[in-house]
Amino acid sequence: MMKPERPVGITGYGVYIPRFRIAAREIARIWDGTSGTPVDSKSVPGPDEDTITMSIEAARNALARAHITPDRLSAVWVGSESHPYSVKPSGTLVAEALGATPWVSTADWEFACKAGSEALTAAMGMVGSGMAEYVLAIGADTAQGRPGDALEYTAAAGAAALIVGPAMDAVAVIEGTTSYVTDTPDFFRRADTAYPVHGHRFTGEPAYFGTVRSAAEKLLRDLGAKPSDFTYAVFHQPNTRFPQTVARQLGFTPQQIAPGLLSPKIGNAYSAAALLGLCAILDVAQPGDTIFVTTYGSGAGSDAYALRVTDALPERRERAPLTAAYLARETFVDYAVYVKWRGKLVME
Amino acid sequence: MRRVYIIGTGATPVGEHWDRSPASLAIEALTGALGSIPASRIGALYVASALSGTLHTQSQMAALIATAAGIPGVEAVTIEAGGASGGVALRQACLAVAAGAVDLAMVVGVEKVTDVLDARREAALALATDVDWEAVHGVTLTALWALLMRRYMHEYGYSADDFAPFPINAHANGVANPRAMYRFAITAEKVRNAPMVAEPLGLLDCSTAADGAAAVLIASEGLAHELCATPVRIAGSATATDTLALHSRPDPLWFQAAAHSAASALRMARLTHSDVQVFDVTDPHGIAAALALESSGFAKRGTAVALAREGAITPKGRLPLATGGGCKARGDVVGANGVYQIVELVAQLRGQAGVVQVNGARVALAQCMGGIGVTVATHILTLE
Amino acid sequence: MDLAKHWRLRHARYRLEGQRNRFTGEVRFPPAPPLPGEREDIWEPYILKGRGRVYSFSVVRQPPEGFEDQPPYLVALVRLDEGPMVTAQLTDCDLDQVAIDMPVEMVTRRLRDLGPTGLIVYGYKFRPIVS
Repeated sequence: MMKPERPVGITGYGVYIPRFRIAAREIARIWDGTSGTPVDSKSVPGPDEDTITMSIEAARNALARAHITPDRLSAVWVGSESHPYSVKPSGTLVAEALGATPWVSTADWEFACKAGSEALTAAMGMVGSGMAEYVLAIGADTAQGRPGDALEYTAAAGAAALIVGPAMDAVAVIEGTTSYVTDTPDFFRRADTAYPVHGHRFTGEPAYFGTVRSAAEKLLRDLGAKPSDFTYAVFHQPNTRFPQTVARQLGFTPQQIAPGLLSPKIGNAYSAAALLGLCAILDVAQPGDTIFVTTYGSGAGSDAYALRVTDALPERRERAPLTAAYLARETFVDYAVYVKWRGKLVME
Repeated sequence: MRRVYIIGTGATPVGEHWDRSPASLAIEALTGALGSIPASRIGALYVASALSGTLHTQSQMAALIATAAGIPGVEAVTIEAGGASGGVALRQACLAVAAGAVDLAMVVGVEKVTDVLDARREAALALATDVDWEAVHGVTLTALWALLMRRYMHEYGYSADDFAPFPINAHANGVANPRAMYRFAITAEKVRNAPMVAEPLGLLDCSTAADGAAAVLIASEGLAHELCATPVRIAGSATATDTLALHSRPDPLWFQAAAHSAASALRMARLTHSDVQVFDVTDPHGIAAALALESSGFAKRGTAVALAREGAITPKGRLPLATGGGCKARGDVVGANGVYQIVELVAQLRGQAGVVQVNGARVALAQCMGGIGVTVATHILTLE
Repeated sequence: MDLAKHWRLRHARYRLEGQRNRFTGEVRFPPAPPLPGEREDIWEPYILKGRGRVYSFSVVRQPPEGFEDQPPYLVALVRLDEGPMVTAQLTDCDLDQVAIDMPVEMVTRRLRDLGPTGLIVYGYKFRPIVS
């Protein structure tokens, strides 16, 4: 288990989910999905949205909750597999929009669906070492699946922003983390291609399940804890079934994962997926509650975290829109609009 | 300062002149304005063009036209002030003649907009907005007028239908203008049922940008009476500006530049509002005409649309407007509109306007506008 | 390439940064250089809160070049709570949802995409308030 010498925690958090949805049955209408759909619906970014714009809004919400001026951020880190530019950081633009520039470290992180949690783990080290007072770690994606591919039902959009700061200022203290990584080619996208390739059932065992279990079991072991010690748990959610299954395998109950399970309604928000679930739990958690988080990124790796909610949370969460507010404003689009907005029409 | 007169006018039909260059259009207009006077007598040439640089991608249009007119070497200058270019060019010619610098000045307004497709034309027109703070958001001039129309409706309790008398009047008058682009009448029902361009503006309350050129020959008093039997005096001439961006103004429904230039021009002419018998203003939409009339002091705020509804803007009304068809029916020649206005109003003052003739018209007001009330030029023409 | 043109406006565009008068507290947007003869330090940078109300609105259906993929889109004049008025698009807003005086809040979005060899231009838009 990794843990900085100086205790750290989350001092502010914020989410963003686009207002648009496409129903899985609408995708199935086009592609003959007679074998059932992995989610009910997924979020769709509007035509003027991308990883940068979603990161900015989630981060503004996190700053409002942390109640710090943006110049106190020592780093602004954006984890995503859908940065709008191949070369030109998302982080500089996000930091500029927040007012955190110019005395700030920025970087873009990439590790499939756990790019955001990579940034979170690094933020723990940066703050825990005393190098920084506050670090902003963002997971955001506007994921794409090849038309007709199973991934198209789930590849979604969203952003979650976490500000890591001293534990004494936190809404939730991070008690420790593990990171488990192997070279596992379950899912990848080559440079200059639009859509990823995945290994079908290979993405389950050994990739997702094996990796998530490894990270989670190690953290439980190192903490001397068992699943029932936690009030809530959240796992990376590429669909509805995977997080439910891995939770059961590990010994967590459906009740523990319910508040953080957003994938049935918004699909897989990739780098934001597990972190959005964490934020949704923070929206309802009470002081003293404990939260078990495990992210997953193809390639493959998993980061697990244990958090304890402090007395500061109830007042601070009211300072920005709750996840439920973003989930509530759902406007469904049909497949044609979705195809137009997501650049799947050949225009020239 | 010397008195200044218009002694000749000329204009091409307004429309889609696919086979003609800007110079060809300009020379036709210029030739008409010269009449029997040799071009070599022109002391200075003022060319108004809002879009030649962006659409025709030609700067120094004035030198091009001077050359085409066979007078290379003449003092020639291009004036760009968006839709006010024509009026501002006329103002420069007036100053030159009034000051005694030249005795004979030619003003040519020319616009060639059909060489590019719609989206590029919209973008070029939107350059008359503040590009950093308005056009960058995809706002068009039409959309800005629509914003004003909606607010006006909100403030004064009008419906979109109430604005229909403006395009209806313009089209009714355009029938009589052989140079008008649209020579047919329209009905309130057609206006109401037209597709939307930018709500609440429908297609039949939106002018069409088109090609054309118009010219007026300006002379000093002595020369005017020597060369012309019925010179028309430019008794008042004034231009004024406002903030480039609409949002920067304390009251977007008030055109300070229109108010200033109209008041200055009337003062210079030693005339009052009630002396003006016929008008032409930049009227791509009913709201534009309404705000121009109100800001210039010819209608109380919020009443111009009611006046139009009561028939005041027809040739028989109290505020005869767009007797040549206005931007809507004549066609919107952008930087040349201000010169077409003069051509049409000179015909009114000379009693040559036919069925749209305003009885006994001896005082006319021409006002043209660049952008949304940004640059406004007002001229008072009188028959002595 | 229009690189510097967009770069120098980034603070105003991305975060609605205007200016506040150090002496009177007056807030203005967009920021402007000091008037001739005006002291340089009278106006200080000031980030507006981004809340306001729709003064008027319209729908662009005949777009200018560079916006061909966007219509129909809502444009509006927004009166900000601090006083200034701004022109901007409304986003996340249905065409029949907007009304004069509707409260709105600022979001940073893509204004336009200058193509594969150009920048993505980001800036403020407004939307109905998410509570």
